[in-house]
Amino acid sequence: MNAARAIAADVRTGTRRATDVLEEFLGRIEAHDGDVHAFNAVTAERARATAAAIDAAVDEGRNPGPLAGVPVAFKDNLCTRGVATTCSSRMLEGWQPPYDATVVQTMTAAGAVMIGKTNLDEFAMGSSTEHSAFGPTRNPYDLARVPGGSSGGSAAAVAAGFAPLALGSDTGGSIRQPASLCGIVGIKPTYGRVSRFGLVAFASSFDQIGPFATDVADAALALGVISGHDPADSTSIPAAVPDFEAALERSVEGLRVGVVSELTGSGRNDAAVGGGALGDAAGEVLDGIDADVTERVFEAADALADAGATVGRVSVPAVTYGLTAYYLIALAEASSNLARYDGTRYGLRVEGADVEEMNRMTRRAGFGDEVKARIMLGTFALSAGYYDAYYGKAQRVRMLTRRDFDAAYADFDVLLSPTSPCVAFRFGERADPMTMYRCDTCTIPSNLSGDPAMSVPFGTGAEDLPVGVQVMAPALGEETMLAVAAALERAAPPLPKPQLVEGAAT
Amino acid sequence: MTAEWEIVVGLEVHVELATDTKLFSAAPSRFGDDPNTNVTPVCLGLPGSLPVLNRRAVELAMAVGLALNCEIRPSVFHRKNYFYPDMPKDYQVSQYDQPICSDGWLDVPGGSRVGIERAHLEEDAGKTTHLGGADGRIHGAVGALVDYNRAGTPLLEIVSRPDIGSAAEASAYVEEMRAILLTLGASDARLEEGSMRVDANISVRPAGSGELRTRCEVKNLNSLRSLRSAIDYEARRHIELYQSGEAPVQETRHWSEDGRTHSLRSKEEADDYRYFPEPDLVPLVPDDEWIDQVRAAMPELPASQRARLNECGADPEDAQVIANRGLAPLVLDAVAAGADASRAVTHAVQNLALDGAELLEAAQLASLVQMEISGQLTATQAKTVLGHMCERAPGAGADPSAIAAELGYEAMDSGELEALVDQAIADNPDAWAKFCAGESKVAGVFVGAVMKATRGQADGKAVNQILALRRGT
Repeated sequence: MNAARAIAADVRTGTRRATDVLEEFLGRIEAHDGDVHAFNAVTAERARATAAAIDAAVDEGRNPGPLAGVPVAFKDNLCTRGVATTCSSRMLEGWQPPYDATVVQTMTAAGAVMIGKTNLDEFAMGSSTEHSAFGPTRNPYDLARVPGGSSGGSAAAVAAGFAPLALGSDTGGSIRQPASLCGIVGIKPTYGRVSRFGLVAFASSFDQIGPFATDVADAALALGVISGHDPADSTSIPAAVPDFEAALERSVEGLRVGVVSELTGSGRNDAAVGGGALGDAAGEVLDGIDADVTERVFEAADALADAGATVGRVSVPAVTYGLTAYYLIALAEASSNLARYDGTRYGLRVEGADVEEMNRMTRRAGFGDEVKARIMLGTFALSAGYYDAYYGKAQRVRMLTRRDFDAAYADFDVLLSPTSPCVAFRFGERADPMTMYRCDTCTIPSNLSGDPAMSVPFGTGAEDLPVGVQVMAPALGEETMLAVAAALERAAPPLPKPQLVEGAAT
Repeated sequence: MTAEWEIVVGLEVHVELATDTKLFSAAPSRFGDDPNTNVTPVCLGLPGSLPVLNRRAVELAMAVGLALNCEIRPSVFHRKNYFYPDMPKDYQVSQYDQPICSDGWLDVPGGSRVGIERAHLEEDAGKTTHLGGADGRIHGAVGALVDYNRAGTPLLEIVSRPDIGSAAEASAYVEEMRAILLTLGASDARLEEGSMRVDANISVRPAGSGELRTRCEVKNLNSLRSLRSAIDYEARRHIELYQSGEAPVQETRHWSEDGRTHSLRSKEEADDYRYFPEPDLVPLVPDDEWIDQVRAAMPELPASQRARLNECGADPEDAQVIANRGLAPLVLDAVAAGADASRAVTHAVQNLALDGAELLEAAQLASLVQMEISGQLTATQAKTVLGHMCERAPGAGADPSAIAAELGYEAMDSGELEALVDQAIADNPDAWAKFCAGESKVAGVFVGAVMKATRGQADGKAVNQILALRRGT
């Protein structure tokens, strides 16, 4: 049993040694990460020292914490003191932060053992991990397919059994979409629930850190560890952290579950869904969402209805503008956040005749094409004369999105939709940027609203590849969200194992 | 100035706020240390670092705003984006269209009221030194060193309306601003050292027209004298341009000590700073309770201090000197404690341009004045005692009676003094004859002799009284 909570319980009671647990996972990485490339760096030596210290603490009768001896992989845009934090960019290759991200501190303080830094789309900009400067990560279910992104390395690491837990960051779906494509659980908490201190910024008003796990209970455990107010992050919410694991025991009976019309228009005869309660889809329906994915969402709604929930359709009209608004705001912020990589203080420097040329040459050499494209788009969106038409209008759409979600939550406790419009796709299949950006259609609305959302595996789609259902909840509504996810997990058909590793992801 | 033109000036005053730490980080906000020692990841713009707003900086900004009769409003920080090596993040965090203070005014001593458009918080940049070029200037430099100690220091930028009509008025505005900042403890406000920086927006217009013509912004004004000279120079330049059928171009100009302004660079395109709200910070919304707390903690402002000094008999000029030295509370409290107002004012103006004067206790000044009035100390002795008091302040060590005793200052016996006066008369018969004939100014001869005999310890007033008695007048 390699679930995080089982490992932690065994290590705390001395049934298993943290060092033995670690070697088991390191062995799997050694055997298979050459194929998967989930990791930018495996921090084996440091992990061995941490694990030994945890064993020593247990020997001395101390409790190392709720994650005692649990190996954890950190997305390589989370700062780790003295350990290279590259964002999968040539720009930061070899850069060692002088501090740990707050989440790295809290995970470590809870007894977790950092096993490595995982691959991502450069600066978290992408939905496939194909935009990593260090080569793509492959999906453990099918090595010819992407794991999703941008936290593809973290998702693949957990799916391949390289670590029971991983942390990622979610700006427009970068935790939930790869979790969906890799057949695992991924949570984007409420914006402000988890400190962003030490997360290398992509788009500050959307970025949020969250966990990957093989099941809902492990994800809840990790979420509890990393949640909480942090004075070092001014946007962190001073709210008490609930007992997320206890929430898993809650019944869904009587809960009102809304299926978002705009994200699930196509599919089977509505009359049969949700015990017949699901009416016709109203309003605009976004295209490009695969029918078999939508079908899993309807089945999930059925399952919740069977468990006693009330299921209905709900329209959230503003989500149809979400993609456009998101890319304007996110890229505007990114163009500013990434200005600091100029060769002056840290990271890559390419010399030039003067400072301006040094800046230019450094950025030309250090950033990949996707990052450059996004910086240019963001710069344009903020430019004099365009600000109101682009950034300003996008902010108004953001307000509308919040309003529409508020209206939906007046009638429903949680909302359902697909996480990803499709199952894992092949490398190069979505080379056109707009096609790639549409991967985030269903996940972006929760980033615009700041509300929590998560992906939970629910059956398979094309090629028997995993499908994730997205559960969304109002701000700070993680407990209800987790209760619904746990109910879906109980009702879900068993997933096939990844082709890669016998015994992984169990 | 030619009669048919009038000068129009608006001033932007940047002051470094006197906080212990920086605007968005816990790094010390301190100068003179080794380069790049007062820095945190935030000051260096390291990836993953986040700003946290300094509460004290906000309170100082609010206090300045209240002193300038501004409204304190909810405000938002923006990012001003531009690439420069001494900007660690390549953007500056600054309040843009929603400043913390807006719509106030400052009454300049001498009568006029200057509108305050706004005062907003922003972070300072680091400091670049160019290597190899002449005088550290960019031209011909082979490299540059950047010191980020100053990066992130809190600045308050106070923007006046174009209500200032002369160089003298501009100078008086800055002096009054400085007095307010010092009184509030908001800044040490030193123009020469750059903790207070003034940029002047200067234009001219036909007298009485009320129009606003093209302005030039003049920088590098690091003294009141350069501020006045630059305004007069620039105004003259504009008038000459208009009179020759041309017009000034809106631009930034640099004041140099050759007595002229120079165009900094002609920009081919306007800067586009791409302002947008700083997503790493939340809006700053001070509630009434907080504003009231700040207001309640504010000391008396210079204008009110001067008015009360006037009531004590200080003329406007003396009142200004006293207030600008930060000695108004000392003098007013000493008078309230019973000190003779005229002597207290005289000491503050003439004898207290000293370090430590601001540390004196009002009771000590009052007791010194009392010793003088009662004849225990002469004016000269009182001045000497004051000097020692300033060196020893604050505390009991600055007690004037102890210092007077230590110096051996004891009021001279009147018989002793009369004997000395008589001796002086006997030694100077010619002068005495003139004195008796009505030439009062020769009294100095006798006073001088007595002073010499007593090594300056005699009371000149008493000597004059004895002389008058001896002459029989």
